[in-house]
Formats: sequence, C-alpha cells, structure tokens
Amino acid sequence: MAESIPHGVDAAHDDHGDHHQQSFWQKYIFSTDHKMIAMQYMFTGMAMGLVGAFMAYTFRMQLAFPGDLVPGFGLVTPANYNALVTNHGTIMIFWVAMPVLLAAFANFLIPLMIGCDDMVFPKINRLSYQIFLLSTIVLIASFFVEGGGFGGGWTAYPPLSGKPIYNLTPLGCTLWVIAVGLEFIAFLLGGINFITTTMNARAPGMKLYDIPIVIWMIVIASILFMLSVGPLIAGAIMLVFDQTLGTAFFDPDKGGDPVLWQHLFWFFGHPEVYVVLMPAIGITAEIITVFARKKLFAYKTVLHTAFGTGVLSFTVWAHHQFISGIDPRMANVFTVTTLLISIPIAEMMFVYIATLYGGAITLTTPMLWALAFIAEFLIGGVTGIFLGASGADIYFHDTYFVLAHFHYTFYPIAIIGTFAGFTFWFPKMFGKMMNETLGKIHFWGTIIPFNLIFIPLFVLGAAGQHRRIYDYTGFPELAKYQDVRVFATMALLVMLAFQLVFFYNCLISWRSGKKAGNNPWNSNTLEWTTSSPPGHGNWKELPTVYRGPYEYSTPGREEDFWPQNVPN
Amino acid sequence: MVSYFIPALSTYAGDIDFIIDLIFWLVGFWFLLSEGVFFWLIVRYRKKEGVPAEYITGETPEQKRWITIPHFLVLFCDIFILYYAIAAWYEVKQNLPEPQATVRVIGQQWAWTFVHEGPDGKFDTADDITEMNELHIEVDKLYHYKLSATDVLHSFSVPVFRLKQDAIPGRVITGWWEATGTGEFSIQCAELCGIGHALMGARIFIETPERHAAWLAEQSSVEYAALTPSQSVKE
Ligand code: HEM
Ligand SMILES: [Cu+2]
Ligand SMILES: [Cu+2]
Repeated sequence: MAESIPHGVDAAHDDHGDHHQQSFWQKYIFSTDHKMIAMQYMFTGMAMGLVGAFMAYTFRMQLAFPGDLVPGFGLVTPANYNALVTNHGTIMIFWVAMPVLLAAFANFLIPLMIGCDDMVFPKINRLSYQIFLLSTIVLIASFFVEGGGFGGGWTAYPPLSGKPIYNLTPLGCTLWVIAVGLEFIAFLLGGINFITTTMNARAPGMKLYDIPIVIWMIVIASILFMLSVGPLIAGAIMLVFDQTLGTAFFDPDKGGDPVLWQHLFWFFGHPEVYVVLMPAIGITAEIITVFARKKLFAYKTVLHTAFGTGVLSFTVWAHHQFISGIDPRMANVFTVTTLLISIPIAEMMFVYIATLYGGAITLTTPMLWALAFIAEFLIGGVTGIFLGASGADIYFHDTYFVLAHFHYTFYPIAIIGTFAGFTFWFPKMFGKMMNETLGKIHFWGTIIPFNLIFIPLFVLGAAGQHRRIYDYTGFPELAKYQDVRVFATMALLVMLAFQLVFFYNCLISWRSGKKAGNNPWNSNTLEWTTSSPPGHGNWKELPTVYRGPYEYSTPGREEDFWPQNVPN
Repeated sequence: MVSYFIPALSTYAGDIDFIIDLIFWLVGFWFLLSEGVFFWLIVRYRKKEGVPAEYITGETPEQKRWITIPHFLVLFCDIFILYYAIAAWYEVKQNLPEPQATVRVIGQQWAWTFVHEGPDGKFDTADDITEMNELHIEVDKLYHYKLSATDVLHSFSVPVFRLKQDAIPGRVITGWWEATGTGEFSIQCAELCGIGHALMGARIFIETPERHAAWLAEQSSVEYAALTPSQSVKE
C-alpha cells in the first residue's frame, strides 16, 4: 500500500541512509541530485527565456516604430537587429526549449516517474549542467565582444557565417558557434543518462508499457537528438575552422560548398523540432489524463506513432531547402515525406481529442495550458502543410507566413508546454499549491495576446513580407501594413506584462501557498507517491509497480484513480 | 487567398495560388472540424457531481476507428495536395520553356545587378545593358534568368510572379518567367545576407513592348561603353 511507505517532507530527507549536513555549495551548486540539476536547468532556461523575450520586445518595437529609440535598449541599428533576431532564435530553441523541456523535466521526472533514487550516472549529469552553464556564459559573452553579437541567422548559413568580412562580427560568430557546440555536448551527456536510466533503473514490476508517455517521449527525443547531432557537430567544427583558420569547407571561392552546411544543419534541425516537441506532447498527455480522469486513448498507438514520427523526421530535412539551389527534382521526394509526417502528428492530436471523450474534465490551470497546447499546436500543424507542399512554398519561403507558422509550433512547445508542466508539477517540486486565480489570469493574459501577435503575421506573410528585415516602411507594397505591425507589437507588450503575474504567483505560492501533500491531483504515477518535495534519494523504500500509469475511473473501484504502486 | 493581398502577374502565379487555395480549404475544413470537436468535448464533458468518467482504453479496433478513419481521410487529402503541389513545382522549377530573352541576375552585398543581352542577343558584348536595382522587362515575353551571387547567399524574390530562388556563389541557376500584366513592383532579397539585407530591395518594371522598346533605345544611347561589362560569371 502507498500508505505503508513512510514519507513526509522532513522524514524523507533526514532519514536518508548516509545523509550528512550539506554545505550551500554541495547542495545548490555541485549537487549530483537529479532534482537539483533539474532546477538548475529550469531556472537557467527560464532566465534565458527572459533574455529571449527581451530581444523579441526590442525588435518588435523597432518594427512598429522604426528608427525610434527602444526603451531599455536604445537605437536598433541594422547590425543590432540581425544580432537580436539571430540570438533570439538561438536562445529560444537551444537555451529555453532544450534545457527546460528536455533537460529540466527529464531530470526531474525520470527517476521520480520510473521509481529510482537518481540518474544512473549522477556525475555525468552534473557535468552536463556545468557544460551547459559554460555554453550560456560563452553565448552571452558573444554579445559583448568587439563587433557585437553574431547576426547571420540562427541557421547560420555560410558564406555569411563563415567569413568575418561578410558578417562583420569576427569574434561574435566564432563564440556563437562554440557556445552552440558546447551546448550540444551538454545535451549529449544528458541524453545518455535519460536513455540509460529509463532502460535500466525502473522500479520492480514496471514493464515497458507501464512507463508513462512523457518518459517515453523524453527517451525518443534523446535518441533523435543523439542520432541527428553528430553531423551538425562536425559541421560546427568545419565552420569554426572556416572562420578562424581559413579553411574552405563552405567557401565556394576556394572550392567549398555552402549548400553542404544547409544539409548538415537541417538534417539536425528538423529532428530538433521533434526533440523539443516530444517532451511537450508527453507533458500534455500526463495532464490531460489526470484532469479528464481518463485513460490515455490508445496508449500503445501513441507510442508507436511517436517512434514512427521520430524515424520519419530524418527524411524531411530538405523541405527547408526547396528553393536553395538543390536539384529541383529532389523537392518532389521531400514533399512526399513531409506530407507523410503530417499523418502521425495528426494522429497524436486525434488521440488527445479522443481522450477527452467521456471524461470528467476539471479546468485547473495546468489543464488549461495542456488544452491550449493542443488548440494552438493544431494551427502550427495545419499551416505547415502550406510550407511542406513544394509549389506553395515557392511563395511562402522566408516570409512572415513561415515565421508565424513556426511560432505556432514552437510557442506551444516551449512556452505553453513549460507552463503546463511547471504548474502541474509545482506542488511536487516545492511542496506548495500554486494560486489558481493568479494562474488563470496569467493563462488568459498569455494565450490571448499570443494569438494577437501571430495571427497578423500570417497576413503579413501572405502579403509578401519577408523575414529578417529591420524596417519595412521602405517597401512601398508593405508600408501600408504598418498598423498591423504596431498591433502585433502592442499585443506583445500586453503579453509580457502578464508574465509578472506568473513570477508573482511563483513567489507567493512558494512562500505561503497551501501545503500540497503527496498527491494533490489524485494522480497515478509514481512521483506522487513520495513526499512533496521529495527528499534526497526520493523514496525511503523504492516503490513496486503493479500496472500502467493511466488507470483512471477503472470500473469496480471506489476511487477514480489507481496508483501504479498500489497492489491489486 | 494570397491574390487578395497581392496581384498575380506571371503565367505560373495562378498555379501557385491554386495550390495555396486548395490547401487553405482542405486544411481549413479539418482544422475547424478538429477544433470544433475539441471545444465541444471540453464543454460537454465538464465534470459534473456524481458523473464519473467513462473507462475507454482506445485499444479495441472498434474504438480505434475514431482515429484511423480521420487518419485515412487526411492521407486522402494529402494525395490531392501532393498532386497539385508537385504539378505547380514542376511548372516553375523543373520545366524550362524556350526563352525569348535572357537576363543575368547577380546578387551581391547589397544590391542587385541585372544584365540584358542588348540588341545583339548575346552576353558579354559592348551592347549589353546593365541595370542596378531596377529591372525593366517586357510583358508576355518568356524570359530565362541566370542567377548568381558574388559573395554570400541571396535570394531573388519577385512576389507578384510568385517566384523565389536562392542565389549561390559559385553557381549559376537558370529559371524562367513570363509576365502577364504591367506595372511597377518590388523585388526583395529573401535570404539574410548581412547588415544591408533590408536594403536589398529592387524594383521591377513590367512594360508593354512599345514602352520597353523606348526604354531600350534610351539605354543604348547612354554611353554604355562606360558601364562595366557585365560581371563575367562562368556558366
Ligand atoms: C515571446 C514571444 C515571441 C515573439 C513576439 C517572437 C517574435 C519573433 C519575430 C518577430 C521574429 C522574426 C524577426 C525577423 O525576422 O525580423 C522571430 C524570429 C524567431 N523566433 Fe521568435 N518570438 C517569440 C518567441 C519565440 C519562441 C518561444 C521561439 C522558440 C522556441 C522563437 C523562435 C524564433 C526563431 C527560431 C526565429 C528565427 C530567427 C532567425 O530568423 O534567425 N520565438 N521571433
Ligand atoms: Cu541579399
Ligand atoms: Cu538578403
């Protein structure tokens, strides 16, 4: 019985076998505890999210009021603009989505949801965070060196990125590549732990089909990352050599090929979208089942589909390169694979919608976020068809339509997914409930402006507005849309203001929120069977697993949930 | 849906607009249906006191119908989209009709150079006409372009034609257009090419044969010898 395991905040921590008083440094900085490393990733990622959002604020202000001083930044020169856009993209994907969704949630959830005391390689885990921190410092340093931050786009296409005489940021571009390279090494080390721990350290009784979907998704994401990142690391080394040693891997003047980089980049870059998507999809699955009190519809199908999506994601990369000078016949192959991948993704959405059928839904804050993920991601999904269809992409490529499309996929992943997971597991992480009213205010104050920012950008894209241009008023055909740009920027300001509600809520809930108890949401999965927050070593006695994670509303039971560790 | 915002002025623009519209309607239908069902379920299955959730595994074939049928319908729609997308693509990028004239389009940080063959119909001769950031062409005439770049990647984008093609240093890429209406429109550089990228717009003047002939005559009388002969790009 769950109750037979002694727990409670103090008990779990103090009773842990070889426990000894830890200094501040041991506890917060050099800890090998997966939960502490998760928090380090979480808060570094969120802090970088603020940096990325500040950049979005800066360049959106420039677009709305070209040439005016931006409060808090000053004049946005063309060089500034390129550096801001480039680093906004880089940060949001590699320093927010990756550390928060993959590293932080994986670190926090894997041992707790599969029932073990820590990652199997705790020191490698700590090293992974330290390298990540180093990469963060290198990236931030790259903004302040002579010549300023790198402005060649987050895709860093050479020859622009390869030759300082073209990009005019001799140090910035090199530091940028080094930062990204270090970051990849950090996640490679992290991924080793995620996969190995899930495969080897599960609680007794937990069969493969008893693993919660979110953990499976993290494993799939880690595998995708590991299989795709190799070529890009090689590419990054080649690029640094081009920048600093005068080699010419990507320099056509000396026989190199710039398009080679694009293949290396997108062979990684497309699966990367799924690397961050998978954990977000997994998080929403956990939340939806809990708050609809439903079994996940077709668990095994979801799982197999996710693996299938992973495999397919390696076959679509050149849809980013339709018009970049590859043999035009290749586009036909990649159009077919791209439209094929719409099927498993659509299927996952259908599964989630089907899970709601017959449920008993309560709209808590985490549930609102999870539902919003589906509603918004659908927009990202359907608009992707326009870009995957080669003929239509000729027009849309590199316009604001693309920009709006990928923000409708990345924003649900990185921002909505994070808020969903964070508000859902906050009671477990900190032992306190979050304030629901503030949570809902924050939710609506984020979701409504989000749509008001990005729907107008679809329109601008359809009207032919291209990306990465710091001032559109010089284009006669586009100048008349200035009101639309101002509108999107205003919506951003509103959205940013509402983020204060979130931080305020975190702070007051953490200090004086209602005590959470072990299992405030009446969930089935193992993390809810230990104390909140779990102590060092997670459990006094490791749990045993008797069933799958989604036995909600099982017929013939008094309660509408049936934790995985409760014997029959 | 795109032609609502911007005129379609090439022979293939209609094909591209058609595939965009087709996707818009197909995908729009599925999107509204999914969102509709989704919101309906949220409202319909709000928790009511004493009404427990149903236990549905979704594992039986009969239940799985609810996802497999939509999934086949999606596949069915994909086939139409594929057919028309590839047809439009073939028309624009693979099929190269015989040209009536050829222009060189050269991207460099941060300007477009356009070179016309001139009256003799040959490049690299004294009567070549070179324009900077302006492109004068004739309506209803089939042009080939020979696209190149001298430094970094650029992308030659003519929204009214629905034409876009990256320019790659070291390569010459051939494509085509035939304009179907006259006027003055924008050409943009669609690939980030450094700090002047935003300024790399040019204008395209699509002229009637008479206007174009007049323009040509005017150019030829200018001291073309003073202009640099077209950058010689190896083909
Ligand atoms: C906070 C709300 C956000 C706003 C208002 C915003 C807005 C924008 C805008 C306007 C651009 C294009 C600028 C230009 O091309 O001139 C852009 C670029 C980009 N954004 Fe965001 N964005 C936001 C959040 C995110 C998130 C959450 C992600 C990913 C997780 C993201 C990823 C990117 C990427 C990859 C680019 C392309 C960068 C490049 O062109 O190199 N953004 N964003
Ligand atoms: Cu350019
Ligand atoms: Cu450009």
